[in-house]
Amino acid sequence: MNKPIYSALFSAVVMLILASFLLGVDLETQGITLIPELAGDQTWLAIGLATLVVFLFQLFREQIASLIKLPSLPSIDSMLPEEGPKRTKLTRIAVALVIVGMFIWPFFASRGAIDLATLTLIYIMLGLGLNIVVGLAGLLDLGYVAFYAVGAYTYALLSLYYDVSFWVALPISGLLAALFGFLLGFPVLRLRGDYLAIVTLGFGEIIRILLNNWTELTGGPNGISRIPKPDLFGLEFSRRAKEEGNVPFHEFFGIPYDASHKVIFLYLLAVILVLITVYVIHRLTRMPIGRAWEALREDDIACRSLGLNPTVVKLTAFTMGASFAGFAGCFFAARQGFISPESFVFIESAIILAIVVLGGMGSQVGVILAAILLTVLPELAREFQEYRMLLFGLMMVFMMAWRPQGLVPMKRPHLELKTHE
Amino acid sequence: MNKALLEVSGLSMRFGGLLAVNGVSLTVREKEIVSVIGPNGAGKTTVFNCISGFYTPTEGTILFDGEQVQGLKGHKIARKGMVRTFQHVRLFKDMTVIENLLVAQHLQMNTNLLSGFFKTPSYRAAEDRAMQNAAFWLKKVNLLEMANREAGNLSYGQQRRLEIARCMVTHPRLLMLDEPAAGLNPNETKELDELICNLRDEFDVSILLIEHDMSLVMGISDQIAVINQGTPLASGTPAEVRDNPDVIKAYLGEA
Ligand SMILES: Nc1ncnc2c1ncn2[C@@H]1O[C@H](COP(=O)(O)OP(=O)(O)O)[C@@H](O)[C@H]1O
Ligand SMILES: [Mg+2]
Repeated sequence: MNKPIYSALFSAVVMLILASFLLGVDLETQGITLIPELAGDQTWLAIGLATLVVFLFQLFREQIASLIKLPSLPSIDSMLPEEGPKRTKLTRIAVALVIVGMFIWPFFASRGAIDLATLTLIYIMLGLGLNIVVGLAGLLDLGYVAFYAVGAYTYALLSLYYDVSFWVALPISGLLAALFGFLLGFPVLRLRGDYLAIVTLGFGEIIRILLNNWTELTGGPNGISRIPKPDLFGLEFSRRAKEEGNVPFHEFFGIPYDASHKVIFLYLLAVILVLITVYVIHRLTRMPIGRAWEALREDDIACRSLGLNPTVVKLTAFTMGASFAGFAGCFFAARQGFISPESFVFIESAIILAIVVLGGMGSQVGVILAAILLTVLPELAREFQEYRMLLFGLMMVFMMAWRPQGLVPMKRPHLELKTHE
Repeated sequence: MNKALLEVSGLSMRFGGLLAVNGVSLTVREKEIVSVIGPNGAGKTTVFNCISGFYTPTEGTILFDGEQVQGLKGHKIARKGMVRTFQHVRLFKDMTVIENLLVAQHLQMNTNLLSGFFKTPSYRAAEDRAMQNAAFWLKKVNLLEMANREAGNLSYGQQRRLEIARCMVTHPRLLMLDEPAAGLNPNETKELDELICNLRDEFDVSILLIEHDMSLVMGISDQIAVINQGTPLASGTPAEVRDNPDVIKAYLGEA
């Protein structure tokens, strides 16, 4: 009987202290000094009310929980036909339709929508890549954005200093990010759980700070601008060819210049990159290496007892996961035309991780859905810009309470056994 | 007499101030079932952990097929053909039963990434072989119908059998079982005993068995070693051990 009272009091006090400092004090500038001043009565009233709400909520938590029974989400599985050839065929048709739709859609959509879709596709790629490390191999990586940065800066710097084209830089970005993944893998081999998370977090920050301070090479906080867009077999998507001897796309086909060509092209390129990513990772999960990742997540001691070297398995997960961030980064740099360390702050890692967790660890469909949700929703709710993080947090809390296994939990592959008598 | 496969001599393991294992010696010959028994906390699991490379023994030598293996890493030892189960079952719980068996055959697979992507003939052949091997062992331990279930959803007895099957798909030379009968009902225990004898007779595997319960191992063991508080108490054939006055005192005196 005592317990809820204590925990409610504790929560209320924490709430009061935090809110008092964060909201209850205003900083006034006088000349060059900051003078703290107490906020207005209204603010304090709000803080008091909020504290009361927290107290009461914590006190009657159990009762509230039993009053509001959250309806459980219907399982998507139950709506589909039985496992078997029919199901496989249906899935195939659905996937084919979605893919065809993705290729046709941009020709009818607005420029803004296509831009948003392209951004979503980048996050899908990042989510799928991080899913290898976190969802499959079970290694909590909070610095994933570092590999994204490595990929982006690889292309930006190569094009700035050596005039390397997007298509040459793309594989190099992937390889270099993979190399960084491999290098990060070494020091963290012995770590797990919280420790691993902290070290990877630090790694992400180191990369960002390095990019920020190595001004001679990276331009520091000013970033790198005028990064060239990808071309299509030498055809550029600009009004006039930037490179000597290149022909712009519209001149080649004898059509009038239209800026949306470029947008659609970038979108289609992102679609292709994502499709390749999905396919490659899908295959990986059905190959020995993918199974080893999952086995490592499940039980590393059992892995060792069966002759698997956990070190090698971990390193491959880090390396492969990072390479996808590298590809995504290269594409991101090409699309934006401008990058700076601002684009690779911790919150990006957090969003990518949220995509993986929200989607359902290990599940590719889930990750894709979550990426769409987490990039499209904030755009739709532009007016609530200021409350973005609040909504984001609320959503995570609800998901954890309601459906901790994610939107679409990972499905195990069904393997047919052929027994020879 | 068969050739000695595993020879442990003078094995000691110290955890800080605790001498958990003190001068234990064991020999497992080919096609033999050797049991290690002793009361709870006697140091049986610690002996296993030393042999299978999870602990580095403080003292002693371990010869596997004439080769010194003490201090080698766990996965290196497993690759030499010594695999084990755990006192508390360690399955890949969220993976299916078949996947558990496929992971165990990782080393026999074609792990080349490109072969995997393009499903080259050698890749397919290795996958097929692994699947057939898995099917064979699932049948053997009577889990064929469970093939696509998640391992964590199996009953306790089924999980124990799956863990043994997972060892057997690697074609081990020495199978080490840590209290495989713990938590099983008498019926399941009897089946397990039959399975263990069958493994030895049909698949040329030697078995090192830990059991807490003495009466269980009497029937199937060729040799028994008794440990008490880390120190070897007696060893010999079941009959010799049963009649050993020290064993009677340690065991029956307490029980
Ligand atoms: N990693 C460890 N660190 C410290 N003490 C341990 C460790 N492993 C086992 N022990 C101790 O060694 C003794 C033997 O344990 P164990 O080998 O598990 O016994 P058994 O398997 O015979 O029941 C126990 O006292 C146990 O507490
Ligand atoms: Mg034990």
